Amino acid sequence: MNNSVTNTARLLGAGLRALLVLTLVTGVIYPLVVTGIAQAAFHDKANGSEIKSEGKVAGSSLIGQSYDLPLKKGQQTPDADLQWFQGRPANGLGSNSVNTQYKLILSGATNLSADSKVLIQQVKDAKAAVVKDNSVPGYTVKPSQVPADAVTSSGSGLDPDISPAYAELQVHRVAAMNNLSVAQVEKLVKDHTDGRTLGFIGEPRVNVLELNIALKDLLAKH
Amino acid sequence: MGPVTAAVLQLAALIGALALCYIPFGNYMAKVYSSDKHWRVERWIYRGIGADPDTEMRWPAYLRGVLAFSFVGVLFLYLLQRLQGVLPGSLGFSSVNPAQSFNTAVSFVTNTNWQSYYGEQTMGHVVQTAGLAVQNFVSAAVGIAVAVALVRGFARSRTGEIGNFWSDLVRGTIRILVPFAAVAAIVLVACGAIQNFSGIHEVGQFMGGSQQWNGGAVASQEAIKEFGTNGGGYFNANSAHPFENPTPFTNLFEIFLILLIPFALTRTFGVMVGSVKQGYAILAAMGAIWLGFVALMMWTEFAHHGPALQLAGGAYEGKEVRFGIGGSSIFAVSTTLTSTGAVDSFHSSFTGLGGGITLLSMMLGEIAPGGTGSGLYGILIMAVIAVFIAGLMVGRTPEYLGKKIGAREIKLSAIYILITPALALVFAAASMALPTPPHSMLNSGAHGFSEVLYAFTSAANNNGSAFAGLNANTDWYNTMTGLAMLFGRFLPMVFVLALAGSLAEQRPVPATAGTLRTEKPLFTGLLVGAVLIITGLTYFPALALGPLAEGLAS
Repeated sequence: MNNSVTNTARLLGAGLRALLVLTLVTGVIYPLVVTGIAQAAFHDKANGSEIKSEGKVAGSSLIGQSYDLPLKKGQQTPDADLQWFQGRPANGLGSNSVNTQYKLILSGATNLSADSKVLIQQVKDAKAAVVKDNSVPGYTVKPSQVPADAVTSSGSGLDPDISPAYAELQVHRVAAMNNLSVAQVEKLVKDHTDGRTLGFIGEPRVNVLELNIALKDLLAKH
Repeated sequence: MGPVTAAVLQLAALIGALALCYIPFGNYMAKVYSSDKHWRVERWIYRGIGADPDTEMRWPAYLRGVLAFSFVGVLFLYLLQRLQGVLPGSLGFSSVNPAQSFNTAVSFVTNTNWQSYYGEQTMGHVVQTAGLAVQNFVSAAVGIAVAVALVRGFARSRTGEIGNFWSDLVRGTIRILVPFAAVAAIVLVACGAIQNFSGIHEVGQFMGGSQQWNGGAVASQEAIKEFGTNGGGYFNANSAHPFENPTPFTNLFEIFLILLIPFALTRTFGVMVGSVKQGYAILAAMGAIWLGFVALMMWTEFAHHGPALQLAGGAYEGKEVRFGIGGSSIFAVSTTLTSTGAVDSFHSSFTGLGGGITLLSMMLGEIAPGGTGSGLYGILIMAVIAVFIAGLMVGRTPEYLGKKIGAREIKLSAIYILITPALALVFAAASMALPTPPHSMLNSGAHGFSEVLYAFTSAANNNGSAFAGLNANTDWYNTMTGLAMLFGRFLPMVFVLALAGSLAEQRPVPATAGTLRTEKPLFTGLLVGAVLIITGLTYFPALALGPLAEGLAS
């Protein structure tokens, strides 16, 4: 009995020493070496691919933002600022419930099922809003024209991209709101549309933040 | 080019890349576990451990090593979280509560990486990099070690010795996981994954003002999270988060990382048992199931049945534009058919049948190709069952790789395949029967039941993905999924190692005209059939109540 207690203790001691040594290798040396190389070779990317607009940091090209008007009195959710291109809905985003000394965004999806009544209502409302917001005099959006990404929440809630179809749908509205010609805005969208990587990986997409920064630059020159 | 064609081309590129690496990487791993030379750094580590890497162990000693190392791992990770509030380098985050700390510690040590917490608001730098990421490495190394021990059981005869656990653990970590993960991490950074220790900082926004964002050692953790089939995300959105998985290319690259070790281990197996054709037969079974499931998933997701998805005009709920339906479908199947559980899109919002496929993938026992190590030993157990079934048909004593499959071997294998279904179904049933646990469900009806079934299937099979609507951060779910993960990981290992010991003791029987040729397509077919039938019989009633009911209704 004593013998087996000693053996167990010895074994656990070996386990603990193994864990500590491997923690040093995989939990200290490995991340520090990777960080060192990353910071030296890919400094901007390792720090979040921040991009600037008019000399100031305007966010990360990888992280989607909301382009809303300031919250009016008595409003729960702000209205979209239709001057700018709009990203995808983000109904799964949350804010932190612990460590509230910070104000953090919690990435996430709605996790609502394909037959969920809540999700059906979200899609219906989003579709109606897209049709209404983007129909301007001389250009009427039909519900069948609205692409799926415009009315669904992404997995992260931080999707930086929209489909070229959704960007195209917003061109007339953005042109009208900013007193630009449709052709000018269309060119902007075209310039900021990325095809599939190597022609077949992923889907074509438009980065909304980069597009809006370009739009802002265009307006400044105007 | 349409999205379907692009998806098929992505699949082809992925298969091509895996095929290119299969032989060199599989051979390399075989060399790692067969070589009698130690690297200098490994000698230092053995000295630190105080273990002799050249002592051969019988199965009970090997098992004791696995259990002692894992027990200490759980304890260490538990304490790290409980003490986070006073640890430096933790962003001032508070300590994690006991139930959640237990759940998370067990989850990462068992290679499950089920997460009942939100990464960005709960875990500081120290817990993420020196706690969670460490287990990403070593839990994967433990899995491979056990698989290699079983392979040695087939390869050796008239000895009870199946290798040295400390040596297998250290070599897997030092020679396989660390170097390749480091390269992969740099690739991810080059594409935009973040890698810094800047903590929580303010970033200016386009519309004015600023937003508080997390920095962190994300790329280094992401690389091993996929490569070790772990799956625990730095952020709550896991591999859907742009800082973890920034581009369409990284998405495909991460799927490649997930699948590389599990598929290549069949080569390692073939080399170590002296017949690479035996490895090909296993690979073919794994590949057939994986490809079939990917095809089914793409079909159902592109068809987007289900009222909300029909209304939207595509199954984009919970999916990122840059990955599209194709990339998300390949990822979803690959992550659930291995023990990864990382997600680049949210399975709960897939079509009813798509969600069912992710569930069924885990129920197969994650053997096609399965987790690092656990996939190989899982399918070898199924192979033992398959030769036994074949033996029953022709009335011969079954044998596999020159070893007789007698009463003892069959008992061990049969108990192995009963453990995870028993855990998944009993815990799920208890959660439905008790008054409070069902309150955690987000969706109602069949989908709500699927959430609970998914949680325990994921836990018992050490997957870690979720129908994430379920609020799993309650004492009940933290404790019960914790127990399911613990038993689901270590009980099967007991029987795998016992089987390894039993096989290693046997003397080989020469092949005769009546021996089932286990390197032939007939056997591959038999193996796939055995896997599907056994899983189907075990889980069909539960599946009928959940995803099948939802899928048929839409």
